[in-house]
Amino acid sequence: MTPSLEVRRLAYAYPDGTQALFGVDFAIGRGERVALLGPNGAGKTTLVMHLNGILTAGHGTVAVAGLPVEKGSLKEIRRRVGLVFQDPDDQLFMPTVREDVAFGPANLGIGGEELQHRVKDALERVGMLEAIDRPPHHLSFGQRRRVAVATVLAMEPEILVLDEPSSNLDPASRRELAEILRGLDVTVLMVTHDLPYALELCDRALILSGGVIAADGPTREVLADAELLAAHRLELPYGFALP
Amino acid sequence: MGSGHHHQLYRPGDTPVHRLPPQCKLAAVAGFALVVVATPREWLWAFGLYALLLAAVAAAARVPPSFLLRRMMVEIPFVVFAVALPFIGFGERVSFLGMSFSVAGLWAAWNILAKATLGVIASVLLAATTEPRLMLLGAQRLRLPPLLVQIAMFMLRYMDVIVDEMRRMRVARESRGFAARNVRHIPVVARSAGALFIRSYERGERVHLAMLSRGYSGSMPVIQDLSASSRQWLVAGMLPGAALVVLLGSWGLA
Repeated sequence: MTPSLEVRRLAYAYPDGTQALFGVDFAIGRGERVALLGPNGAGKTTLVMHLNGILTAGHGTVAVAGLPVEKGSLKEIRRRVGLVFQDPDDQLFMPTVREDVAFGPANLGIGGEELQHRVKDALERVGMLEAIDRPPHHLSFGQRRRVAVATVLAMEPEILVLDEPSSNLDPASRRELAEILRGLDVTVLMVTHDLPYALELCDRALILSGGVIAADGPTREVLADAELLAAHRLELPYGFALP
Repeated sequence: MGSGHHHQLYRPGDTPVHRLPPQCKLAAVAGFALVVVATPREWLWAFGLYALLLAAVAAAARVPPSFLLRRMMVEIPFVVFAVALPFIGFGERVSFLGMSFSVAGLWAAWNILAKATLGVIASVLLAATTEPRLMLLGAQRLRLPPLLVQIAMFMLRYMDVIVDEMRRMRVARESRGFAARNVRHIPVVARSAGALFIRSYERGERVHLAMLSRGYSGSMPVIQDLSASSRQWLVAGMLPGAALVVLLGSWGLA
């Protein structure tokens, strides 16, 4: 079966010459939930920007469900890859929740009844249907992040890519988001350095460090290897023991 | 806090005026303003009739006079200017209560006051019955350049975010013992303003990335169907239409 996401020998240097990725290799199968772990500055965000073609590979390839990311395929790629940004205020730019969730599918040329249906369905999946006519800035931070997830769900993506989904959430919002993510029937790539959250949600974890994939395995095993974690500036929070 | 309701001009309701499509209302207000401006200032009673027309609209929209009055504050600078005119005007003068006024100045003041007041009331009524975002969508339907509409749309969305950021920066300054008290503190405040500009600019870049990620290709998709029926255009046309009848009627009499 074609993997949802396939990254092969991906390398990238910023225009100023800083090399961020040095040949990244991995594949994610359909329906998998994978955590991408790594310290600050490891190239996580740079990698994410390649997944939907905002940055174009200096070398190597990215393919989403078999379709390579290149100039001609960007529209379809952006439908297939749902990117949820870290700051929901960046993601929610329309005056009301309804218009924001409709923005993506409307850009795909969907309108009328079908559009309304998609908006309601996506909001229902994150439990935010009652906020449909409210302006995003009147919602709590946790609610805004859930709406941000809905904005990409409405595009019916092949893979959901979340950048630090648990950052700035209070414990209850964090748990609610985890429940929602676990209930979704899509492939998920979760970029984070919240290791317990990765363990809770993802069976498999990758460590991106120094621009390459330094580890790839079951999350529990990766997190149990204290030496490996320490080598890449990752550590479990104080008092946390693998259950 | 940044979560305040900044749409203070809008007064939610469900009246025939609220329900009219925004582009009809925008066009009606613009038409009305044109008729008012075209009316010679000497036709005092025509202005009275215009005011009655607006009162009828306010009644239909259930906007109370107190609401209108409070929102008319924006006019005050013009009022101050208009009040000065009879004193500083040239030409023939009249005396009243022991003070001398310029006749030309009095007419000029009346002209500004009457026309500005009617225009302001019409605009306040428009704002009170139309959500800001719908107003922008209406403007887009009236062929206002889409880029301008998008800029205004983002301003509407991010105003609170930026004001909140500004407040946090001020709190951060004051927490470290700084309070702007005199002119010498201006450079510090100016640097904060510069930092705020850069932060907002960077946010703009991130928002643009988020838009690209969801398939944005230069134009906003149509999400809300705002088409207006000819009946709605007719209803909205009643205000400028009636004003035009008044104007033409006065012309016939004069």
